[in-house]
Amino acid sequence: MDEAPPRQRSALAWRLALGVALVALVTAYFLSDLPARWTSRTAPAVFHGRDITPEHWDGAFTLTDSAGQPRSLADFRGKIVLLSFGYTHCPDVCPTTLAKFAEVRRLLGADGARVQAVFITIDPERDTAELLRAYVPAFDPTFVGLRGSEAQTDAVTRAFHANYQIVQYQGSTLVDHTASTYILDAEGRPRVVTPYDQTARALADDVQALLKSG
Amino acid sequence: MMRTLASRSFVQRARPRARQLLAAALLLAGAGHAAAPALVAVEDPWVRGTVEGQTGSGAYMRLTSSEDAQLVGATSPVAEHVEIHEMRTVNDMMTMRRVERLALPAHVSVALDHDYHVMFIGLHHQLLVGQVVPITLQVLDARGRRHAVAVRAPVRALNSSRQPDGGAPGAAATPHG
Repeated sequence: MDEAPPRQRSALAWRLALGVALVALVTAYFLSDLPARWTSRTAPAVFHGRDITPEHWDGAFTLTDSAGQPRSLADFRGKIVLLSFGYTHCPDVCPTTLAKFAEVRRLLGADGARVQAVFITIDPERDTAELLRAYVPAFDPTFVGLRGSEAQTDAVTRAFHANYQIVQYQGSTLVDHTASTYILDAEGRPRVVTPYDQTARALADDVQALLKSG
Repeated sequence: MMRTLASRSFVQRARPRARQLLAAALLLAGAGHAAAPALVAVEDPWVRGTVEGQTGSGAYMRLTSSEDAQLVGATSPVAEHVEIHEMRTVNDMMTMRRVERLALPAHVSVALDHDYHVMFIGLHHQLLVGQVVPITLQVLDARGRRHAVAVRAPVRALNSSRQPDGGAPGAAATPHG
């Protein structure tokens, strides 16, 4: 006689199930990183390019600028660095990339002053300091062109997991090379790799994400 | 507009032979500067400007041939060698190689602006904004006859974007320009 009628029992079971489901949902929400993402600006940045933060690349280098001064990554601390490899005899990809970097600075407005573009030649034999001095600032007066010895050039391309190959081809010297853009944060850590056909807008977004998240 | 409509209806009424002659005459009148309809129409040609000491650059344009043809070479007084180059990006590794011939299928606009371009090797002098670079394209038609297509390509700033809407081809940033 103390057993509840069947209808009442079923209602009780429903309420219990609902309660358990609710508790599970709330627990799952707080266990996930969703609250952090929705409430805090320190959420991990999402990039258009490939996030290489977990790979901890050591992008350290020592090269020489077009004024003959030794330069290393530490010189650009506090700025987001856009870095690419190329050579001045390259008719297409390299000028397009540098023109894109200039466009990124324009798109960022006032934040553009916090961006440093660095062009590293992989053809230092033909790209003399004089030639770099004329070529690189033609895209933007703030851009820096760097060159090194063959060993230094090899070391810096290795540091960025990039490749280059000088090819003698039907009488002309061509250089096959990695056409990616590397974005380094204000502490000089390589953070993002973007393919060469990435738009200026997408690059500017990634720079902005780094400026925000640090 | 009225005149064009009037001539068109007149062409339609004319006998076939006369119609052909009239069409040819109208074409010639339309072409203006050309003595005969050109095999290849060239649109929006330009050359990337250089800085002092740079010995290479590229030319860009769109080509439309009126019949199946091939681009087999080019010359220009500004450079020792002019080649048709193909650019490929594999795993983000950029490679550039000379191509012997580039197909120009009839009535298809072939862009020499991205995967293909005209490459200048051994420039004799700096290319400044405002200069016009003469280029002669060598085109082989389907019957194997060679045609010389004259192009006059204005020099744009070094920092010009390939795509016309991709960036301002301004002269501001080119030294001595």
